[in-house]
Amino acid sequence: MDPTVLVAPGLLEVAGGSGVELVYMLAALLFILGLKRLSGVKTARSGNALASLGMLLAIAATMVLLWGSVALWIVVLGVLVGGGVGGWLAKKVPMTAMPELVAFFNGMGGGASMFVALAEIVHAVRGEGSIADQTAPDFAIAAALSVLIGAVTLSGSLVAYGKLSGKFDRSRIGPLGLKAANIALMVLCLLLCWYAGFGAEGGGSITFAYLALTVFALVLGISFVTPIGGADMPVVISLLNSYSGIAASATGFVLQNNLLIIAGSLVGASGLILTRIMCKAMNRSLLNVLFSGYAQSGSSGDDEGYTRVKSTTAEELAPVLDAAQSVIFVPGYGLAVAQAQHKVRELADLLEQRGCQVRYAIHPVAGRMPGHMNVLLAEADVPYEQLFELERINGDFKNTDVAVVIGANDVCNPAASDPQSAIAGMPVLHVWEAQTVVVVKRSLSAGYAGIKNELFQMDNSLMLFADAKKAVEDTIAELKEL
Amino acid sequence: MIAAVLAQSPEPAGSMPFVVIGLWILLLAVFVGFEVITKVPPTLHTPLMSGANAISGITLIGALYCAGHDYPGFAKFLGFVAIVVATVNVVGGFLVTDRMLGMFGSRKPRGGAKG
Repeated sequence: MDPTVLVAPGLLEVAGGSGVELVYMLAALLFILGLKRLSGVKTARSGNALASLGMLLAIAATMVLLWGSVALWIVVLGVLVGGGVGGWLAKKVPMTAMPELVAFFNGMGGGASMFVALAEIVHAVRGEGSIADQTAPDFAIAAALSVLIGAVTLSGSLVAYGKLSGKFDRSRIGPLGLKAANIALMVLCLLLCWYAGFGAEGGGSITFAYLALTVFALVLGISFVTPIGGADMPVVISLLNSYSGIAASATGFVLQNNLLIIAGSLVGASGLILTRIMCKAMNRSLLNVLFSGYAQSGSSGDDEGYTRVKSTTAEELAPVLDAAQSVIFVPGYGLAVAQAQHKVRELADLLEQRGCQVRYAIHPVAGRMPGHMNVLLAEADVPYEQLFELERINGDFKNTDVAVVIGANDVCNPAASDPQSAIAGMPVLHVWEAQTVVVVKRSLSAGYAGIKNELFQMDNSLMLFADAKKAVEDTIAELKEL
Repeated sequence: MIAAVLAQSPEPAGSMPFVVIGLWILLLAVFVGFEVITKVPPTLHTPLMSGANAISGITLIGALYCAGHDYPGFAKFLGFVAIVVATVNVVGGFLVTDRMLGMFGSRKPRGGAKG
């Protein structure tokens, strides 16, 4: 009956036959220690290794426990296919595509929770009575939530993947994306959660109810992420990250497995913290981000025209930088799009050789996911000691000779101090306090918030209209000739 | 504290149903998560996301159960899909996090020399 005893009697006999439980406990400990080591750049890599060791132990212990009672070929084939795809993507995808890759992996995590919950339902379902009668009300609720949150995470993350990789940029699909559609779908899904668990009786209708829940939850995920775009993506990715953890926790209740609950809670908490940080960095509430983009309030177009813009060239910029004692680079999404991080590093090296102090000011929502700019600059070997958060560097702009804004807009818009503005109260980088501000940008077009940026026509501002990479390249060439 | 709660859990015959114990664990783990993760610097937020994401692939161990002999064919199929997507999440997540963190740690002499 229990073939596991034949395989590893030692392990399973420990602690009154709950040896596996002890290994799970060790895995939970390793997850926590791993996350703890992420608090420092030097220890972070070992932290990730600890967490993956915890995962490996948990999987190994589970296989020992299930040895003989599972169809091994399913497990082996599944792990080979999944591991191959995951490993290949992790190795091959360029660093600039990290936001969409993280979104994709996130979706896979949510999907796993959904599929496991569905499999458990199919396994548990019998002929008569509701599933809550056949199993327990806890199971019915946990399974429904697991399917709901997992499905929303799956489809939502895939839409986010599409948006981040530029393959999908619609803000609506028919009625999907409208606030009313989101609310209606949410209510419908919650009703289906109840119906699937307590209303539906008999194998057929229970299965049907859970399938309907799956379908509508998938649609809800699509509808919920579709209207969100651009600079709001960091919030959505963080939130979906949190959902994937919550879904795993819910699956833990389905399987009565403590490790899933713990690991899921850690991830859920992590995602929520990031979501809060991202919202704060835009001075907006989560509901505001989710249900009303900037678009409506922003495009009022009261004063689109810029009248006093001073345009410059790489040739003129080189001597300005040459004379500077201190330079702060302010990277934004445009830097990521142009993949200009290596060139910026090269320019920074040149300036440092001339005795100039170089620093980077990183706004929390610069880019498309939390920490996006840091990863790109790390790829270009920029020492992380030179990267400064908004609060730590904002007071220093006034003592800085040149601030170079590369592909950023809203994060350094002085309009944030105007209570009438769409971005009122958003913490912004005070680049205009520097002696000279150079803004490298392709055009005067508005940023994601859809509002005018007075920075572009300030007395100490110079606009360099070009692709970020090209502009920096040209500046390097000019600087070398000086 | 978590350990103490965990130690009781394998005894479903106890007076507390699993869902109550599970909620206790959830509560405490969320607190641990908040405490640990608020200390992660913004520089590492992307690796934090992808690393945490890989941890959420823990559902893989749940997926393994679904390949059980006593599961109906359709459940086994769902279990197989779950194993595939969870493994993509786990393997891809940990590897890509390692790749990112490798870039963060790789050099410092140049920055250090600048002071």
